[in-house]
Amino acid sequence: MAVYSSVLDLIGNTPIIDVSELSPNPRVKIYAKLEGQNPGGSVKDRIALAMIEQAEKEGILKVGDTLIEPSSGNTGIGLAMVAKVRGYKIKIVLPSNVSIERKQLLGVWGAEIIESPFSQGSNGAVRLARKIAAENPQWVFLYQYANPANPKAHYESTGPEIWRDVPEITHFIAGLGTSGTLMGVGRFLKERNPKVQIWAIEPPAGEMVDGLRNLDDGYIPPIFLDNDGYELLDRKTVVGPRESIEWTRRLSEVGIFSGISSGAIMAGAVKCAAMIEEGTVVAIVSDGGWKYMSTGAWTDDIDTVTERAKSIIYF
Amino acid sequence: MAVEIRIPTVLRPVVSGQSVVKAEGETIGELMKNLGNEYAGLAGQILKEDGSMHKFINIYLNDDDVRYLEKLDTKVSPGDVVTILPAVAGGIF
Repeated sequence: MAVYSSVLDLIGNTPIIDVSELSPNPRVKIYAKLEGQNPGGSVKDRIALAMIEQAEKEGILKVGDTLIEPSSGNTGIGLAMVAKVRGYKIKIVLPSNVSIERKQLLGVWGAEIIESPFSQGSNGAVRLARKIAAENPQWVFLYQYANPANPKAHYESTGPEIWRDVPEITHFIAGLGTSGTLMGVGRFLKERNPKVQIWAIEPPAGEMVDGLRNLDDGYIPPIFLDNDGYELLDRKTVVGPRESIEWTRRLSEVGIFSGISSGAIMAGAVKCAAMIEEGTVVAIVSDGGWKYMSTGAWTDDIDTVTERAKSIIYF
Repeated sequence: MAVEIRIPTVLRPVVSGQSVVKAEGETIGELMKNLGNEYAGLAGQILKEDGSMHKFINIYLNDDDVRYLEKLDTKVSPGDVVTILPAVAGGIF
């Protein structure tokens, strides 16, 4: 065991575990990459560090500066951790209906929380953060949706780790938010083996869509377009709250304590395994279950939890 | 063949407030065209004048985004559910 000088040195190099006992097809292996092992608890630690280091390199971020960012949780938590270690202040814009643990974790690292309206969902948080950033040009706005350091972090770390550990990979499955994981890992894997299929799993838009006034309020992350996302992805599938919770529970039965979005990703991996003849599926387990304890996802009646999940942003 | 199509809140005003409508067609493209013929306010919202999809519209056949299937040529079968949704910033972020 090495001794590390900073918690930031622990970001990345996450373990991959064989969960093929969950596969409905004996000729398809399913591997889970445990991003919850990152020190801030999620895959987002990678982009938090990468975006901050890029801004430091470009000289737009100096000790004592203030960062502002829209996030429903994980990116905000990752950024707050890195900011604390590196000496920055941070403000996170997040929809008012995120789980309580996310707000508590942001508090751990001293982030200031700015709430955006529940009814406008994630789009509302993005819109409000952009407005505040425009009004306060002295604050540094990393803007994960458009920052090339986001997919680059995955192109340079997550992708190579998967290729090193599972060169026989045929399908890569991850959640679609900013699209950074899918774009970065997807591009890296397809360069190594163009036959690798890239599958995106989406949460159902549900309540988030209701605050939309017209279609032109829609949003496609700039990094998705910059990386030719329409070409890069091979499939995009919605997984609903009930199925997400069911597969979160199935993961816990093989000992993996994951967040609910990882249940959705695992549901997608299982669907993929059932559709293909043979292969090796690598799925991202984005975070651990700690932040979701208040949802009762593992122990409460599944109908009750599903209803609860519809009104709270759990992805 | 009539297929059920779920309409997002933002488009309901142009289909008399309905959340689910039915349309005829063998493919997603045919369904959308027929839907546009039936509801004048919908024409031009989902498909543009050149017949391509509005960039902020996602159409799902059951759970799959048709952009990654056969796009507007994606075939539909009896019992399928088609869902129209606006593109929003979502997901794990």
